[in-house]
Amino acid sequence: MLAVIAAAAFAGPLIGTALGIDPTAVDLTSRLAGPSPAHLLGTDELGRDVLLRLMEGGRISLAIGIAAALAAAVIGTTIGLVAGYLGAWTDRLLMRLTDAIIALPLLPLLIVLAALDLGKLGVPARIAQSDDVSLVRIIILAALIGWTTAARLVRGATLVTKNRDFVRAARSLGAGTPHILLRHILPNVMGPLIVATSLSVGDVILLESVLSFLGLGVQPPLASWGSMLSNAQDLIETGSQLAIYPGAMIFLTVIACNLLGDGLQRRLDRQR
Amino acid sequence: MTRFVTLRLVEIAGVLILMSFLIYALIGLMPGDPIDLMRGTDPHLSSADIARLKELYGVGQPLFGRYLAWARQAVIGNLGYSRLFAEPVLTALLPRLANSLALMGTSFVLAFAAALGLGIAAARRPGSVFDRTLNLLCFAGVSVPTFWLALVLILIFAARLGWFPASGIATPGNGGLDDRVWHLALPVLTLTLASVGSYTRYVRAAMREALGQDHIRTARAKGASERRVVWHHALRSALVPVVTVLALSFGSLVSGALVTETMFAYPGMGKLIFDAVMGNDYNLALAALLLATATTLAGNFAADLAYAWLDPRVSY
Repeated sequence: MLAVIAAAAFAGPLIGTALGIDPTAVDLTSRLAGPSPAHLLGTDELGRDVLLRLMEGGRISLAIGIAAALAAAVIGTTIGLVAGYLGAWTDRLLMRLTDAIIALPLLPLLIVLAALDLGKLGVPARIAQSDDVSLVRIIILAALIGWTTAARLVRGATLVTKNRDFVRAARSLGAGTPHILLRHILPNVMGPLIVATSLSVGDVILLESVLSFLGLGVQPPLASWGSMLSNAQDLIETGSQLAIYPGAMIFLTVIACNLLGDGLQRRLDRQR
Repeated sequence: MTRFVTLRLVEIAGVLILMSFLIYALIGLMPGDPIDLMRGTDPHLSSADIARLKELYGVGQPLFGRYLAWARQAVIGNLGYSRLFAEPVLTALLPRLANSLALMGTSFVLAFAAALGLGIAAARRPGSVFDRTLNLLCFAGVSVPTFWLALVLILIFAARLGWFPASGIATPGNGGLDDRVWHLALPVLTLTLASVGSYTRYVRAAMREALGQDHIRTARAKGASERRVVWHHALRSALVPVVTVLALSFGSLVSGALVTETMFAYPGMGKLIFDAVMGNDYNLALAALLLATATTLAGNFAADLAYAWLDPRVSY
């Protein structure tokens, strides 16, 4: 199902060109139209084709989800490896930090982070005001809070693995710490890590949709499913179908990610 | 035990102080300047007033100095004035905290009770049609965007059926309890549905683990009734991991409440934080964020105590 959604989202521009419809084309004469052969799911408040907008938004939502989940996995893996392998106070410090981040009310803090004035952080105005900065900002935010699961998993696996014979052997042969971590320990934690990452794609998509819905995420002219819902909320009386579709897409995509992660988990358990 | 409680309290205080500095620094990075904003809204401010205000807020001093100036005032209960509500921050904050606690508390109790019943029923018949259906429903609950769920509930129950109000906390001029419960119904339903899925999954997993343990077999062998085995022997050991996970989930409950309150225009802490950040109300945003953090930490602390009480092996 995930494959179908992804394929549809990325094929969107092609289909659009094929049908001769531009997803950003404003057609004020056919606003809020119902489904028709030309517009399969009807049109929105500016007469844009809803189906194509859904595909466009999906591409952005999925891209953010995958990019942030990968970034979070990299951060989490690094922290988990270091904490698990070095142990002692490094471990205690990093794990306390992880626990603290998990326990905090994250959304309120994220709202502040998303509203920050980048100019005050010394980001050049040219970059701070470009269209893509909202995308990058979301990915960074999601990665910053999303690494905790991966860190705990990797740390746990590292603790188990680091005293296995082949790691001791490598160490006695004079292998350096980075070499041991990357070549000997990392491959042994890949399974659970992949599961956690596929689950976190869903989490990130949810997070992105909430922030975009609150007006703090993806900014126009870009559109994600969350920001489409945000627009639709104002039209709840006249065009409630506009609110149903993007939400249903988020719902289906996140379910697909979670089921994928669950399936991978089961396969992994059976192998053991 | 006393030692443990003291240690935890010191730790919580430490985290709070650290967070207050962090949040203070972050709020300083938000767009705009508080004094300039005041000047914009009140033309009567003279430049002497401005200078005095800048002195009071420590403008121009390094970040840490400003933070200390704020903290010194905050400790004696002066959290400043809210620009948005035109009243002292504490006056704006406290009633909304009570509203939020009512919403979160009710949802938490409902979701936890439902999760216990459903999770245990599923764990007793693993692989059954009921178990698999419930599993799918839980996935749906975990995956549904809270704001969309709220939107759909509003569409169905408020717009179409007209059973419940779509927003607010009470009908103006009617402060009765029944009216408030009526207004709470949809927000509570939203937040409960949003959290019951993950709770049920925890309960089910912990219960399955517990039912497979030796002491359960012993209890069965000794002829304990199935009911006693499940609800007494197994539940007690299953609750230990469940409580741990629940303690970590208070933060996401606060996050969920923020979305729910914003959707239903319910005057609680979450909506307040959102409005304060959006309206550049620095004093209010700062105090509200800290209070939300403190509430979450208090929840974690309560869960720690419950954990110690449930698990006789844990001694501090």
